[in-house]
Amino acid sequence: MTKSELIAHLATQHPHLRQPDVELVVGTIFEEISKALARGDRVELRGFGAFTTRKRDARQGRNPRTGESVAVASKGMPHFRPGKELRIRVNGGQDPGEGA
Amino acid sequence: METLTRAGLAEAIYAEVGLSRHESADLLEAVLERISATLEAGETVKISGFGTFLLREKGQRIGRNPKTGVEVPILPRRVLTFRPSQVLKARINGTPIPREAART
Repeated sequence: MTKSELIAHLATQHPHLRQPDVELVVGTIFEEISKALARGDRVELRGFGAFTTRKRDARQGRNPRTGESVAVASKGMPHFRPGKELRIRVNGGQDPGEGA
Repeated sequence: METLTRAGLAEAIYAEVGLSRHESADLLEAVLERISATLEAGETVKISGFGTFLLREKGQRIGRNPKTGVEVPILPRRVLTFRPSQVLKARINGTPIPREAART
């Protein structure tokens, strides 16, 4: 499913809303999550999951084409941890346990 | 560090779209539920400019109870992972967005 398919589904489910409004709703959700992560905040949606930013240390990398070694600066990586309810749902109703 | 929750997201929808607070909260829930149901059906969810939620099948392996050292089989299971888009990674690091990735 893509973002446009998600929008199309919501529009059918909510026929009293204008399509541009549905697009704006979906756009706003992902925009706000992105902005929160860019600020260094976390996003917690109970049952669904939590978005956080994890720090990656600076390291010595390599240009895969030339084999030359290059310095890679430290950076933040967005991370999503599914909530318990969603972990169970995608696993066919069985709790896969922690760290899964 | 602050935490953004459903309340904050619903408030943003209310301010941005001009729907009632109640309807804003309902739509947020509908979005999360649709994504969850799609993943539950085993289908990947791709949100351009944000990232991809995808499922990985893990085979059975032998684990160990870290407290007792007893070996226990870890059953095959399906786990959800999130691959952030280039755009999201760039935004978090304040780096320029790669042109060829601007749409993914």
